Amino acid sequence: MSIDRNSLIFDLTRADVLATGQVVPDPPRCVQCGICSYNCPLGLDVRAYAWAGESIADSRCLTCGQCVARCPRGVLHFARIGESI
Amino acid sequence: MSTDYVIVGSGVAGIAAAETLRAHVPGATITLISEDPAGFYSRPGLAYYLTGVIPDKQLFPQSAEALRALNLKWIQARVERIDTQACCLVLADKRRVPYDRLLLATGARAAAPDFPGGELDGVVTLDTYDDARRLVQRARRGTHAVVVGGGITAVELAEGLHARGCHVHYLLRGARYWANLLDAEESELIEGRLRADGIEIHYHTRIRQAVGTGGRLTAVETESGTQIPCKILAVAIGTRPRLELARTAGLTTDRGILADQFLKTNVPNIFAAGDVAQVYDPLTGQATLDTLWPTARAHGVVAAMNMAGTPMIYQRTVAANVTLLAGLPTTIIGVLGGANDDDLVAIARGNSETWLATVPTWVVVERHDVNRIRLMLGDRAINGALIIGDQTLARPIQRLIDAQADITAIRADLLAPGADVLALLHRFWTEWEAAHGPVS
Repeated sequence: MSIDRNSLIFDLTRADVLATGQVVPDPPRCVQCGICSYNCPLGLDVRAYAWAGESIADSRCLTCGQCVARCPRGVLHFARIGESI
Repeated sequence: MSTDYVIVGSGVAGIAAAETLRAHVPGATITLISEDPAGFYSRPGLAYYLTGVIPDKQLFPQSAEALRALNLKWIQARVERIDTQACCLVLADKRRVPYDRLLLATGARAAAPDFPGGELDGVVTLDTYDDARRLVQRARRGTHAVVVGGGITAVELAEGLHARGCHVHYLLRGARYWANLLDAEESELIEGRLRADGIEIHYHTRIRQAVGTGGRLTAVETESGTQIPCKILAVAIGTRPRLELARTAGLTTDRGILADQFLKTNVPNIFAAGDVAQVYDPLTGQATLDTLWPTARAHGVVAAMNMAGTPMIYQRTVAANVTLLAGLPTTIIGVLGGANDDDLVAIARGNSETWLATVPTWVVVERHDVNRIRLMLGDRAINGALIIGDQTLARPIQRLIDAQADITAIRADLLAPGADVLALLHRFWTEWEAAHGPVS
């Protein structure tokens, strides 16, 4: 089986994002509607992290961005691990 | 003997207070009394349930186990009155609940219809989880519904009913939507989106009365004599703080319960938080109402710290809200000025009285199709902003307003005709952030 270059680049990028990126909430914008948790493909309770003001630190988080994209109030965003914005 | 803490209200202010008390006085007896059988849920989230984005069970942020872990004595009951002499609450069933420290977080309720016929079956408001559930049951496909009012809730009702298949008429008393906060172009942007969805907007239309037979709503009659047949009339003309308990107990009230910077009322050991609290601001010398979720949560935390004996001043932040208006993300920050809104008889939900303060301001607008930024420039800083659509700059602008960042370096450029406001702001923000650090 030949290696698809684009696929390899995609996988490496994804691995890099998984290793260095995380989803971070901006708690004052959050109204706990739960759309983030509802749309998490792994069933993580993203909303609870937003309430606690903590980054989504669960190792199962795929940083797939469903919660970031679907939040109607722009509460969630990606950040490099160690950064707060 | 341990201190008895009692909280009235299970909204975000009440729950934040309960969590804070439990964390700081672990062994205390904390009683939470709520009239709402649904308990703690995301009230702003009701809009997303109405539009079908989430199911109703998703509205509850805390699991039963998480609430149990707070070890609250939860009483579902209506409080009839406060006996401030005996320091106890009298419930509707005549039970008495003693308190050492009491927090009133009773919230606000929708203002009653200001026209005859408001008692008819089919005339609804949106306050609670149960209200939303009942509305969804009523909103069958093809049902004609009328929405009257302004602010965020009115549009949420119109969109929710439309999403449920109703034919929606939205009645505006004036020439445009949310006239005391949005400018004319912003109103048109929202109205255009609502119209494109199929919502019929009626301008300069006041309701003379709701008409019904056998106690059931059948139509709305306007002041021009037109009848609009409908089975649902959703009314969102503002909210009023629930003040009955406070007033009968002799607490000082104005539009809300007057509270100082520690969220204390004028009666010893009684505190107020959330939508019901009208909190003093030493900077302006005025006490203002907010109907914002994050503000209510912050009130609850500060009130609880003071109840627990750890003095804490409520530090105001610049009032801000983020909402979806006709599907467009909209951030409202700081002071935007404004006059009266014919569609509202009282403060709308998700609102702040501070938004309508009047200060000398120069207005800068950047328009791109549905994306729009309006900046309210003071002499040295940005006083307020309204950002519709792309929210990339919302957080930076909010930070600049919060910090009252000195923008004199770009002020003239921002005000210049044809200025590239986005580029100017972005460059300024990048430099400012590098100098002041990221958001903590």
